[in-house]
Amino acid sequence: MNNLILINSIRFIFLVLLQVLLLNNIYFLGYLNPMLYIIFVFLYPLKKEKSLFLILCFFLGLTIDFFSNSGGINAAAIVLIAYIRQPLLHLIQNKTEFDYLLFNIKNLPFIQVIIYIFSMTFIHHLIIFSLEFYKTQGVLNILGKVIITTILSAVLISFCVQLFVKNKRA
Amino acid sequence: MNQIISFLTRYKFFLLFLLLEIIALSFTIQSHSFHRSKFINSSNSIIGFVYENLDIIGNYKNLTKYNLELAEENIKLKKLLTQKNDVLKTKKTNTIDSILHYQKFTYIDAIVKNNVYTKSNNILTINKGKKDSIIRDLGVINSKGIIGIVANSSKNYATVMSILNENSKINARLKKNLHFGTLTWNAKDYKTIQFEDLPRQANIKIGDTIITDGKSTIFPEGILVGIIKDFKLANNNYKIINIELFNDMSAIKHINIVTNLYKTEIQDLENNYE
Repeated sequence: MNNLILINSIRFIFLVLLQVLLLNNIYFLGYLNPMLYIIFVFLYPLKKEKSLFLILCFFLGLTIDFFSNSGGINAAAIVLIAYIRQPLLHLIQNKTEFDYLLFNIKNLPFIQVIIYIFSMTFIHHLIIFSLEFYKTQGVLNILGKVIITTILSAVLISFCVQLFVKNKRA
Repeated sequence: MNQIISFLTRYKFFLLFLLLEIIALSFTIQSHSFHRSKFINSSNSIIGFVYENLDIIGNYKNLTKYNLELAEENIKLKKLLTQKNDVLKTKKTNTIDSILHYQKFTYIDAIVKNNVYTKSNNILTINKGKKDSIIRDLGVINSKGIIGIVANSSKNYATVMSILNENSKINARLKKNLHFGTLTWNAKDYKTIQFEDLPRQANIKIGDTIITDGKSTIFPEGILVGIIKDFKLANNNYKIINIELFNDMSAIKHINIVTNLYKTEIQDLENNYE
């Protein structure tokens, strides 16, 4: 249990620094910055008690907002995907009962992992870009940005999940 | 009462979610009016510290370019200095140190610690703050032109509302005549900004230079902005005027903060009529 707290605090700090110091400076093709910090949502263990997870996600988003002067945009988006994480997994797996202890993202079939990561990332980016640009840019313009950035972030997240999640096939 | 408690326990996760979203959205709405965004901004000292000490990538990106710019500015200033010496030598007059008596602006140099240019409300973080008498509403420029206006400051750091910000409205005029307008940004391209409220008789052409007006107390007159890229006419009025910036807002590092020494005097005088 203590181990879990330690791992998640280190992960929290590491992801914030990685996002604000490295990834927010990438400007791939002129304007694309992948948002890797939401991998926190994918890596946090599934549990019955979800309130702490939601609060942690809120503070993660808010910290990113502090660094990038964006009000509460990141916090709003990450709290939403944290909230829908479990219902979405139910939907993708087509199951109603859930084995919390044994769940491991690597045990999911490949196609389900892809759908899971891409849909979560898409929802997150959609919230971010529409809150950011709702005043000035058209729907198509925003949607274009969302789709391109989603592909970039989701591919990066999928790679990191593949690399850093241990196989726990019992 | 029991029912209320059972309702709360049943939906406590949803209610928590709702509460967090409301907090986040209220921060977002608050941040859209930049003067009120006091709580969440990167002039905070912890965040300033992180950007100052750990920003390895940002510090080395574009380093060559910054050095070139500084060298160019040095040459420009050296040329000015030699010209001045020549004048003084040939005239041989009693020089009064007029700078001391008639100086209108002071400049403080600073370094950009965090630069954003792809959002709709872009804010920069700089490494000077209240300690160096940086306060809200001072102008920020560099050797190539204007950059923005100081929005908030803490002890050691300050945030600057860049000209690439929807809330930004800066007075500017044409270099060739005295007609003036307002600089705004439509959040589309970080290389172009818009020029509004220009009267029809200004008679502009593509390629005309825009400079700051000096009417507001923030910027001195004649700071470069950009050149007119294209414009559209509608109902015999200028509808959209696009200006290509001299500054590359994606790569700025060394900046100057301008303080108008007569600012309070001018503002007091003008406020008498309100």
